[in-house]
Amino acid sequence: MPKLNSYSDLRKLQEFINARRDPSRTCITVCSGTGCLAYRSQDIYGAFERELEKHELRHVVDLRKTGCYGFCERGPIVVILPEKICYLGTKEKDVPEIVEQTLVKKKLVERLLYKDPATGDRIAHMDDIPFYKHQHRTILASNALVDPKKIEDYIAIGGYSAAAKALFEMNPDSVVKEIRDANLRGRGGGGFPAGRKWDTTKNAPEEPKYVIVNADEGDPGAYMDRSLLEGNPHSVLEGLFLGAYAIGSHEGFIYVRQEYPLAVENTEIAIRQAHELGLLGENILGSGFDFDVTIHRGAGAFVSGESSALMTAIEGKVGEPRSKYIHTAVKGLWDKPTCLNNVETWANVPAIINRGAGWFRSIGTENSKGTKIFSLVGKVNNTGLVEVPMGITLRKIVFDIGGGILKGKKFKAVQTGGPSGGVIPESMLDIPVDFDELDKAGSMMGSGGMIVMDEETCMVDTARYYTDFLAHESCGKCVPCREGLRQMLRILNNITTGNGREGDIELLEELAEFMQVAALCALGKTAANPVMSTIRHFRSEYEAHIREKRCPAGVCKDLISYAIDKNSCIGCGTCAKNCPTNAIYEIRASAVSKDRVFAIDQENCIKCGSCYTVCPDKARAVIKTPVRSFAERV
Amino acid sequence: MSTIPLEIDGRQVAAEEGETILEAAQRNGIHIPTLCYNKQLKPYGECRLCMVEVTKGNRTRIVASCAYPAEENIVVKTNTEKIAKIRKMIIELLWPSLSALAKDYGVTESRFHSDHTDCNLCGMCVRYCSEVKKLNAVYFKGRGINREIAVVPDLANECIYCRDCFTLCSGGWIVDKCDNAYTSLSK
Repeated sequence: MPKLNSYSDLRKLQEFINARRDPSRTCITVCSGTGCLAYRSQDIYGAFERELEKHELRHVVDLRKTGCYGFCERGPIVVILPEKICYLGTKEKDVPEIVEQTLVKKKLVERLLYKDPATGDRIAHMDDIPFYKHQHRTILASNALVDPKKIEDYIAIGGYSAAAKALFEMNPDSVVKEIRDANLRGRGGGGFPAGRKWDTTKNAPEEPKYVIVNADEGDPGAYMDRSLLEGNPHSVLEGLFLGAYAIGSHEGFIYVRQEYPLAVENTEIAIRQAHELGLLGENILGSGFDFDVTIHRGAGAFVSGESSALMTAIEGKVGEPRSKYIHTAVKGLWDKPTCLNNVETWANVPAIINRGAGWFRSIGTENSKGTKIFSLVGKVNNTGLVEVPMGITLRKIVFDIGGGILKGKKFKAVQTGGPSGGVIPESMLDIPVDFDELDKAGSMMGSGGMIVMDEETCMVDTARYYTDFLAHESCGKCVPCREGLRQMLRILNNITTGNGREGDIELLEELAEFMQVAALCALGKTAANPVMSTIRHFRSEYEAHIREKRCPAGVCKDLISYAIDKNSCIGCGTCAKNCPTNAIYEIRASAVSKDRVFAIDQENCIKCGSCYTVCPDKARAVIKTPVRSFAERV
Repeated sequence: MSTIPLEIDGRQVAAEEGETILEAAQRNGIHIPTLCYNKQLKPYGECRLCMVEVTKGNRTRIVASCAYPAEENIVVKTNTEKIAKIRKMIIELLWPSLSALAKDYGVTESRFHSDHTDCNLCGMCVRYCSEVKKLNAVYFKGRGINREIAVVPDLANECIYCRDCFTLCSGGWIVDKCDNAYTSLSK
């Protein structure tokens, strides 16, 4: 493609691409997000190529690899456009049938369609599937329309027109004003108004200025930013471009985790292609504006997601936070004014410039506008990426979109905001999801991790897990965070192993309060949130562990035991075969009976729960009890 | 040079351009406890002992005075109830290394299990070696609760045996750590 030298060049290219694309033409899209790729979606793509060739359909049917479709639980996903027929859990061997039936005979392959768990009805149209029906996809929707490795796909859907609009029809001030008016708040966790941040950097006296994409997503269970960068890197790049233009920066960085190889690859390709087309580099579109972007690969430190630590890492030093009494917007990278936003924040920018602040403000609640992408994971039926308008209730996300709890178990809590967030109990399921309401509930929006927990989750153990994560992922620089987490973890370990003491809860609370005030950076200040919120909502569970040495959810190994009910045991021996420590042995059912049943030697039992899991449903003879020592034979 | 007027513990003081609250306080004879502060080195913010209450307009925050720049007309309180609570907690967490300070704050024991080494990870040795000597013979190894001070394995290439870090180390830990390497190499 030739280099674009003006706004009209870009428009002409867009027209040229679209003139050759017929929207009514059949297009098979194969999800090539990380989740589907792990299920070998590239083989499915290859099989489609072969089958289309075989049926001589290549000239009438398009085939496209796309970014993540979000319904990762049911991948690999194949969607046939324009009808939006959605096939879930597709395998390579299904491809000939799909081509034969759907493309040639115009019939549906019923077994690959979504099956409504309640009615058993099959749903063909993607937008009718409950998982998608209740979402509001403004950012993620483009993932399905573009091949992330092809800039022409992005341009075809109007890509880079916001950048051109800004360059030729707006001035930097009006771009900032649009973002301010939209009230776009940072999607990385804090929810700080992006427009205000941009303004600060713009007005800071020093030069040069920098813009940064924070793609150091590291919360356990979260992968929103990853999917955006993998699935539609140009949207992030265009957002960054707009920020740079507005602020007056000519150099940008994308800080992305090395552990996200596909995101790194697709972003590299995107930057290269944008360069080739003259959408990056010098004199962009003949406007006289220069801008370039460098990728910085992070080495997997959670703390590097903190803005000052991230900047220190880009400078080539160890990623450790520094005091931000002078904001990084004024003194950031190499002590120069730096505007850092999260992937999703940047991805929202082109849409706001294209469609206007008014459109953006029409979605969401009073102080939280637009949509938010969550990665819905844990004990929920439909795990995946969901994009919802701010203000939707948690109940709607977990039950309508998520399809409720796995195996019909009872909902217990949902963890939002990753290690810096907290848990929200059932009684608060109807609060609207926005920055302020989640804060009030003792959790936070965070970058969008949402982990659903069922009745078999121990909240003390959950707090212990996050505290352990943070104790090892903190940089260890300041006393409150390093020593506070060390002691917190020790106390939680004691409680979960039955060594908790009266007063531990109060000591945890005191430590938490101290850390919130005294820690150096946001990681340390929020590190106590998992402990605080679990104590706040599930104090009785802590008390049961400490006073009764009992784990109500039956999770903490030192506080539970397994036994076999010999009246229910059918003597199949499956448990004994699966026991890793050979702790299960045969006994006679009774003095008069010759039947053999099984029993557990408590000395050798490591409480892995294998026997509990494998005991056949018809017997259900293995019993889990929330007490430390259980009678050897029931 | 212009000076910055501010109030510390009820006293009007004048800070110099570019000074932090801690520096302004020290120059005016107001004592704020510190552990990781050294005037030769850049503010670090590890120990948090120097935290003070700063009121600016109608907003009061608790900040580390070693890093917070002196600003016009702020009101600083260096020893409020809240501040004392923070310092007591730090004393308990670093128990028993801050014994002198513990006496001042009436802390007689720690509620935490201590497996304390002599090193408080104040980083004085690391920072001095890097910032002043430009040598980087000592460094931080690991992160989070596994953070520790380590000397570059091939000490001979980096360390010039100035022993300056020995005198800076409050716990004497670096002396222990380096002594063997030092004695064997300096022979």
